[in-house]
Amino acid sequence: MSVPLPADVAEHPGPLLRIDDLHVTFAGRHRVLERRAHQGSARAVDGVDLELGEGEVLALAGESGCGKTTLARAIMGFVRPDRGTIEFRGKPLGKDLRAYRRQVQMVYQDPTGALNPRQTVYDSVAEGLRIHKVPGDEEELVRRALARAGLRPPERFLLRFPHELSGGQRQRVVIAGALALEPRVIVADEPVSNLDASVRGEILRLLLRLRREDRISILIVTHDLALAWSVADRVAVMYLGRIVEVGPTRDVLLEPRHPYTRALLDVVPDANDAESLDRPLLTGEPPDPTRIPEACRFHPRCPALADGRAAEARVDGACRADDPRLEPIVAGHLAACHLATARSDAFRVP
Amino acid sequence: MSVLEVSDLSVSYATREGPVPAVRGVSFDIDRGQVLGLAGESGCGKSTIGLGLLRLLPRGTEMRGRVMLDGADVLAMAPSELGAVRWTQASIVFQGAQHALDPVIRVGDQIEEAILAHRPVSRRDAAGRAAELLELVGLPARRTRDFPNEFSGGQKQRVMIAMALACDPDLVIADEPTTALDVMVQAQVLRLLKNLQTELGLSMLFITHDLSVLAQVADRLAVMYAGRIVEEGPAADVFASPVHPYTMALAGAFPRIGDESFVQAPGGLEGDPPDPRDLPTGCSFHPRCSRVMERCRTVDPPSFAAGADRRAECLLLEDAGATESVPT
Repeated sequence: MSVPLPADVAEHPGPLLRIDDLHVTFAGRHRVLERRAHQGSARAVDGVDLELGEGEVLALAGESGCGKTTLARAIMGFVRPDRGTIEFRGKPLGKDLRAYRRQVQMVYQDPTGALNPRQTVYDSVAEGLRIHKVPGDEEELVRRALARAGLRPPERFLLRFPHELSGGQRQRVVIAGALALEPRVIVADEPVSNLDASVRGEILRLLLRLRREDRISILIVTHDLALAWSVADRVAVMYLGRIVEVGPTRDVLLEPRHPYTRALLDVVPDANDAESLDRPLLTGEPPDPTRIPEACRFHPRCPALADGRAAEARVDGACRADDPRLEPIVAGHLAACHLATARSDAFRVP
Repeated sequence: MSVLEVSDLSVSYATREGPVPAVRGVSFDIDRGQVLGLAGESGCGKSTIGLGLLRLLPRGTEMRGRVMLDGADVLAMAPSELGAVRWTQASIVFQGAQHALDPVIRVGDQIEEAILAHRPVSRRDAAGRAAELLELVGLPARRTRDFPNEFSGGQKQRVMIAMALACDPDLVIADEPTTALDVMVQAQVLRLLKNLQTELGLSMLFITHDLSVLAQVADRLAVMYAGRIVEEGPAADVFASPVHPYTMALAGAFPRIGDESFVQAPGGLEGDPPDPRDLPTGCSFHPRCSRVMERCRTVDPPSFAAGADRRAECLLLEDAGATESVPT
């Protein structure tokens, strides 16, 4: 079933969502002292450039504390950026976010926390319709949303409470609440990490179906690169507030150009490789957004700098002096790494 | 020789509505120095087994069968004997064990307490052992003087591992030991556990929902569904060529990067695990099974031999001519 686009949004040739040089900073606890010293505040999102196409599934990956959830929240308009712009269909977000928020809906990690335990499924799904004063037959809209989220027949679920549902069904109710508003974008923050492995697949398949049938764009925030492999068209890897590598899923995960992406891939459990536990691990301090290193933010932990590959390519000076920009390595595949730029085949998987 | 021999273990929780079966006739062995991985969805009974082996389940829980730990039946032990077995013969590392540390006692003192409670040693020796244990898990010895809040999540899990090893147990039960940790930290803790297991020759029961982790650390793999072990065998074989449709579906839920069959096709199975109070008739997996046959709705499948050193509870094996395997 295809959904007619709202009349006020004409077709826009560029990406649906464009993020340009976005910065989000959280003040530290000792505000006055730190403002003076410019220390202690956390640069959670520190200059992010990213685009999301119509009907695209983009995975945003990284460790805890890399800023991926803050970036998702900034896209939702829940946190105000200090600097930079977010454009939706070519128009920068203004003060009035109501119309935008209807079109960009969020799905959270914990469906149990996202649902009011005293509210029936009907009321949970209808809530958004009421907030946004969506015209039409409310019950019909709720039923349709439930059916689209795979809760069939919807009558069976309308009067149930969250505790009467399984984890997978709860997440479907959350998704139905989003779908009721006919969004163009779903931002899903670790949507399956609280679900059992065998149920994960059905939620992910549901998201893929929404993209296929309704051309909904999906930004999926995940720490799990294997999950990204199975659902995403493109993968963006985030480290300390910055996108350090982005490109088609196959390119990024099979031929990573940034040493950080390589390191993340090395810790993905690989059942087919008994030696995978012997792969080297990243050393050094875990990333701390209150203390982002100068120059390349990854250089104090970078294995390619430590083992001399950077020196061999004569970029080691740059690694310690210049903040690398996200630059194209091959078509559509970008990395923020001096070495990757200098030697585009440095990190090929053997 | 087996460190642990579990035969026909059943566990029922006492509830207001009557007993609820969580584990229904489970048998397995763990040989010395071997890691058995126990996998399955939440509610399948895997954590109940982990806790039940040391009789750490709530009062009123009914346990039947035999749990032979180093030749002695845990289920027949008096409370005093049980106290002696815990820590010295078998210990547990929990998921989110970080929260098990007492926030107002120095970490070193907490490890010492565990040692002093079970070993006839001086406080001085116990302190020395605590420092040694921290170094064993990759933390500096001086950190015995720190309080739990001075440790990160991964470091606290290391402390819990140190504590589990304090009295040189033969068997370590690790229940989702890396689940709540971030990806990099998870990899570190996993490597630590695997290294310790190899160096110290530990026997281990490694319980997790994450099949891909088990394929890395386990020698043998047992897959649980609705209180039963539905498939068991050498970890590499079970992962590479599962025979039970449930194991196949579970393995399909863990995409492998580079495997084209997963592209735009996240695996897994539809539906939810059954309610233990209201199990389906016949094979309890039949309502979700992609290869269900008419008989599956009525016949509860016994265990069949499924190749060298492997077994599975599925009627498909009977059709393929497999013989019933007798539990050891």
